[in-house]
Amino acid sequence: MTHLQRLEAEAIHIMREVVAEAENPVMLYSIGKDSSVMLHLAMKAFHPSKIPFPLMHIDTTWKFSEMIEFRDNIAEEYNLDMLVYVNPEGEEMGINPFVHGSAKHTDLMKTQGLKKALDKYGFDVAFGGARRDEEKSRAKERIFSFRNKSHQWDPKSQRPELWNIYNSRKNSGESIRVFPLSNWTELDIWQYIHLEKIPIVPLYLSKERPVVERDGILVLVDDDRLPLESSEKPMMRKVRFRTLGCYPLTGAVESEADTLPQIIQEMLLTTTSERQGRIIDFDGTASMEKKKQEGYF
Amino acid sequence: MSHISDLIATDIESYLSVHEKKELLRFITCGSVDDGKSTLIGRMLFESHMLFDDHLAALEVDSKKVGTQDGEIDLALLVDGLAAEREQGITIDVAYRFFSTEKRKYIVADTPGHEEYTRNMATGASTADVAIILVDASQGVLTQTRRHSFIVSMVGVKRVLLAINKMDLVEYSEETYNSIVADYTNFANEALDIDEIVAVPISALNGDNVVELSDRTPWYKGHSVMEYLESVEVVSSSLSRPFRMPVQWVNRPNQEFRGFAGLITSGIVKVGDKIRVSPSGRESTIDKIVTMDGNLNLAGAGRSVTITLNDEIDISRGDLLTTIEHPCAVADQFQARILWMDDSAMMPGRQYLFKSNTQTTSLTLGRLKYRIDVNSLEQLPAKVLDMNEIGVCNVSLANRIAFDPYSDDSSTGGFIIVDRMTNNTVGMGLIDFALRRSDNIHWQNMDVTKTSRAEMKTQQPKVIWFTGLSGSGKSSIANILEKKLQSMGRHTITLDGDNVRHGLNRDLGFTKADRVENIRRVSEVANLMLDAGLICITSFISPFESERKMARDLLEKNEFIEVYIDTPLEICEQRDAKGLYAKARSGELTNFTGISSPYEAPQNPEIRVDTLNSTAEEAADQIIDYLSKA
Repeated sequence: MTHLQRLEAEAIHIMREVVAEAENPVMLYSIGKDSSVMLHLAMKAFHPSKIPFPLMHIDTTWKFSEMIEFRDNIAEEYNLDMLVYVNPEGEEMGINPFVHGSAKHTDLMKTQGLKKALDKYGFDVAFGGARRDEEKSRAKERIFSFRNKSHQWDPKSQRPELWNIYNSRKNSGESIRVFPLSNWTELDIWQYIHLEKIPIVPLYLSKERPVVERDGILVLVDDDRLPLESSEKPMMRKVRFRTLGCYPLTGAVESEADTLPQIIQEMLLTTTSERQGRIIDFDGTASMEKKKQEGYF
Repeated sequence: MSHISDLIATDIESYLSVHEKKELLRFITCGSVDDGKSTLIGRMLFESHMLFDDHLAALEVDSKKVGTQDGEIDLALLVDGLAAEREQGITIDVAYRFFSTEKRKYIVADTPGHEEYTRNMATGASTADVAIILVDASQGVLTQTRRHSFIVSMVGVKRVLLAINKMDLVEYSEETYNSIVADYTNFANEALDIDEIVAVPISALNGDNVVELSDRTPWYKGHSVMEYLESVEVVSSSLSRPFRMPVQWVNRPNQEFRGFAGLITSGIVKVGDKIRVSPSGRESTIDKIVTMDGNLNLAGAGRSVTITLNDEIDISRGDLLTTIEHPCAVADQFQARILWMDDSAMMPGRQYLFKSNTQTTSLTLGRLKYRIDVNSLEQLPAKVLDMNEIGVCNVSLANRIAFDPYSDDSSTGGFIIVDRMTNNTVGMGLIDFALRRSDNIHWQNMDVTKTSRAEMKTQQPKVIWFTGLSGSGKSSIANILEKKLQSMGRHTITLDGDNVRHGLNRDLGFTKADRVENIRRVSEVANLMLDAGLICITSFISPFESERKMARDLLEKNEFIEVYIDTPLEICEQRDAKGLYAKARSGELTNFTGISSPYEAPQNPEIRVDTLNSTAEEAADQIIDYLSKA
């Protein structure tokens, strides 16, 4: 077996374990490439049945418009049960990363939004597309990762996880985040997308797009909510995105790569890691671990 | 050895078609504290160019801040991910790292050295194809080295690379190296079930023999660590074993289709094969092997598939599919080797949950036959297993399960033990063999007793007997104590005037005879509560020494805790919350303890609470403190 076949079989096994043992599972769908792979694996795991759980997108209202379009198309094409949740608290205050800052925006719309959504629907197990190669604290997380009633992760008391036997027992109110892609790397994800011809959001591929440059980061002018300084004029650049999130918080990279093999080529020749385009990781090395303890995915 | 290949730049399509066919090798690194595990992995990542510029920049900053290499780049920081670990400079949990070469993709489990994290180490080892065991050349084979090797062997790793690290500290001495290798080989031959041990002298810090062979060890003629990892045979023996597939989930999209989804753990299965379902023993033949990419004619170990059969037979999650020629064993009692992984010791007689592959059932552990001392390999007598201890005992399940002895097939012979209360994974077990019916385990603790009831509640039953004057504070303290015990997960009951005098003892008044009878009945009820496994708090004036002694004598030693709530009469009378003392003084109430009836203060109570100098809260803590030491 090739390494991709082994990873595929492992992810399918994990998903089936969850469906067999969880009361009310959900798959968190972020629209990104990892979610696309996870969705594809779920279809494989339960074929010829429909995926036996809903997908849920935690929308911040600031995602790229192409992401939303892609999400809605995929949901229709594959006949998915797709839930979309927006934290009503953020909606009410008209959350805006430009006004409220990226930290507050992310906390309210992603971390708090996710917790509220899980509570609202009473989901006891949530699949996430996180990978261990992304970040140091994720490298230490179990595949079945326990959360207390406040959705917090306690890195110091993780259960032993032996062979492929997963302990999914929990008390009511507690939940489990399950990461079927734990052992995949960024390169595995791209190779698998290539091999299996999995559809992805076109933003990953380079195209002429209107951007402005701010603090060295290229921001896409995705809609008219982006406040432009008088000196700022959107310019057309050939850009693409290595990671997708909220458009004001996600930097574009200039690139000529407009096919999948070219993306992979660029990735292999590049010298900065994937999450660097994301603004939330910048505040200190241990910040992701802290966010996870608070309940962030 | 890096993933940077010329093909990437010149012909990405060809590069992809080569790399999509790479093999996967999973290995762990383990060894004693400070043997340099993290440094070795950091070195491999560094040398294989798997580090991005921003990682390196962060590493330089971190090395200056918390590094242990005098501000020089500290490669260990690459792998020590949790904030607590970075501060303490140790590895707490398994960290998974990834790198790849032209030939293979690697998943590395970097595992903790400290003894208290042995369970994390077992987690990392259980999915590994190869173990790299590090030994500090200046220290030689240590207790931890033996423990880790033993566990690596126990979870089923068959190949060990023995890396004698820090050769720079012993001037690259061949003699030192040879003596450590001989030392380890002796131990391994005696204690481990390992197919192959390969030793390499290295310095992770300097990179000697990690990727390239070093000229500082001209006497060494073997492979470097990387050369070994690139060439070691990973095609596991699982394909050549008999077919096994535990059924995970029954796939029923409609009336026509009924498929059995699972991961093939061993062997190969073909359309038309005759199969047996265990434990039911029913038989059928394979109709289709279904995947989303099309039906297969055959499928082998490692694949996740969905199988349909030619007969409609009852199959559900937990069943094991095998061939007819090589069926698995079915039993509900067997001998197993156990590695305990929890703070609270493994208790023979207690019920836990058993989980193997897809089967979950109730499990009771028998008395320990012996414990294995990992250092001396001696079999020692033991009553319980503490965390990180290994022992052998018989186990009994509530249902018959399908399995193979672990030595025949590790994927169908291993299980985990889950605590019913905490839901934690508290142990791992390996099935040695099934017990014949005639070997039925004789359960000393199988009868339902006070002990078994209490063990289900994971507590020691006690009677906490309060005594003191009316108004001394018994009820307030008892109330706080019970709340605290309950928040600690203890099962409790309080007996007091309110729930006894109004029901059971409504026929009794306050004469001396009635007081004696009152306390006699309370003692008997407390004894029943104790039998139920509860912590029973009684809150009565109980003025007479003899009745308190009677209550004490009903119970076993250490079960009775007398708590004297010592509040002077004047204070009780001053407080007089219910106005009882006033009534007693005026003669409205007769036979009132302290006024018109005697109170015999305890001479040797287990606990004396001085309410003048402690609050009710502190008094409750004082009692809990006593209980936790008892």
